[in-house]
Amino acid sequence: MISLLTAFLIGGCLCLIGQLVMDKTNSSVSSGHILVGFISGGTILGGAGLYQPLVDWAGEGAAIPLSGFGNALAQGALKGAEKGIIGAFSGGVEATAAGITAAIVFGYVMAVLFNPKG
Amino acid sequence: MPTNKKKGSQTVVFNKPPGIASWASIVGPKEGKGPWGSYFDWRLNDYLFGEETWEKAESKLLRETIKLAISKGNYQESDMELLIAGDLLNQTIASNFAARELSLPLLGIFGACSTIAEGLIIGSMLIDGDCIQRLVTASSSHHYAAERQFRLPTEQGTQPPPTAQWTATAAGAVVLDGLSAGPKITAVTIGKVVDMGITDAADMGSAMAPAAVDSIKQHLQDMQRPLSYYELVVTGDLGNMGKTIAEKLLSQAGIEPYSNYEDCGVSLFDLEQSGINSGASGCGCSASMLCGPLLKKITDGDIHKLLFVATGALMSPISSWQGESIPGIAHAVAIEY
Amino acid sequence: MNDDELKQVEIADYKNQIEKIKPQPKLLKNCIWAFTIGGFICLLAQIIFNYLLTSGLDKIQAGNAVAVIMIFLGALLTGLGVYDKIVEKAGAGAIVPITGFANAIVASAMEFKREGYVFGVGAKIFSVAGPTLLFGFVFSALIGLIKVFVNA
Repeated sequence: MISLLTAFLIGGCLCLIGQLVMDKTNSSVSSGHILVGFISGGTILGGAGLYQPLVDWAGEGAAIPLSGFGNALAQGALKGAEKGIIGAFSGGVEATAAGITAAIVFGYVMAVLFNPKG
Repeated sequence: MPTNKKKGSQTVVFNKPPGIASWASIVGPKEGKGPWGSYFDWRLNDYLFGEETWEKAESKLLRETIKLAISKGNYQESDMELLIAGDLLNQTIASNFAARELSLPLLGIFGACSTIAEGLIIGSMLIDGDCIQRLVTASSSHHYAAERQFRLPTEQGTQPPPTAQWTATAAGAVVLDGLSAGPKITAVTIGKVVDMGITDAADMGSAMAPAAVDSIKQHLQDMQRPLSYYELVVTGDLGNMGKTIAEKLLSQAGIEPYSNYEDCGVSLFDLEQSGINSGASGCGCSASMLCGPLLKKITDGDIHKLLFVATGALMSPISSWQGESIPGIAHAVAIEY
Repeated sequence: MNDDELKQVEIADYKNQIEKIKPQPKLLKNCIWAFTIGGFICLLAQIIFNYLLTSGLDKIQAGNAVAVIMIFLGALLTGLGVYDKIVEKAGAGAIVPITGFANAIVASAMEFKREGYVFGVGAKIFSVAGPTLLFGFVFSALIGLIKVFVNA
């Protein structure tokens, strides 16, 4: 049960940070910027070893925000780097391949199935 | 040869003021539910209007509005010597494609959301100059066609800031006839491009308000009239934010707008109920308000002298991405009956 | 002062006036919405994760599966035309989670369907996903390379 509570709280807090950035910059930061910012931030923090402890503690609350996706990229790259330079390149994408492929495949399928409703 | 029609530096006064013979407006579902809903000729139930794409829907919206304006005046399409039309889509395709179906000679124009005023100005000059006797001018915008061109895909989630305006799905068309006994276009003031360095595309009211005030000031100065000469002064699509600024700028210039100043962008929607932040925008906003409630009020005798100041934000998606500021423009058209 | 400088002063003055009038976003309300919806999306993911763990997947497999499921849900709700309504209320609460990433992908892809399935949908699907993945890949590769050199 405690895992549900931490997931809710940490997930909520990460989204709260995004909201503060959007509202405090008078919307000059768009939703696209937020996505890019979170994935970059997550990757850098993950590379510095600062994000993984949060994932270990808060589970999906830290993994589902896009910063968690960035962290997964960083963890993959760190693991790949043990095997040398090629591993450093392939590790990040290997670790997140399922998510990336899912996003693109589902994106395409939904676009074929549905029309924009406005 | 000095002209006998030019007055002051930017205003033209007509010797034979052309009459507004007939007019029509068609609006989308959201606009139809607004406070002026019943004043528009047709209210659509959906945004596609039986078409496959937003762009085709806008073109049909414009075409049907033009046809309606022509038939409301008991004219045939062939009676029209010219169509002057414009819209917000790249290369004004809504107008071009509407004219293709109508087979009328076309002058395509672009003045962003001020387009309908630009059409009225050119049309009035052509009629007063004895070049043409009868013509139709029209303008349209479509919310989702504009969204995908200027902002984001329609299904992408965003949270619009309080200054954001909602592009209206609407069109208005006016038939001008040199012989008509309808409301007369007596004078027009062509506006300058005014840019006060606003770059926020979610705050176009602030970008356009200085242009609106500049054109109103110029009109009053050229005509040597007080603002109170007009029973109503209406700006195009400044929205709540822009209207507040325009009122402030007007009073700084020594012109008190009193209570006879309205803005189509504020009026078109019920802002409280519809959840629309700062009001409406788009070519169709001022066009449909003119061709709906405003001309109705004039012919009903509620207003005799109207100053219609359509405003436009002359930006493109590319200029926005490159960080250019948003130039504003406003044209004033005096309508008397 | 020459004309250019005068214009600059005028512009600065105008911007000052605007800042005073400009309505601010309802910060508290927006934050509460963002926190609640964002938290709820993560809570849902955690429930799925816990369920998958009990059904015999290991942590890494379950984590991947949850990401795929959440992406599917975000994509489906976008297709149904619901997700943009959620974001209108929830703001970053529905943009930051991976479902928001899925929303951006599907929305751009779907919008360009009428421009064709290859260079319409196929190209535009990456209009938001592209930059997002790009920065993720660049930073992860850099991190991997730094690690390689630190180890060496």
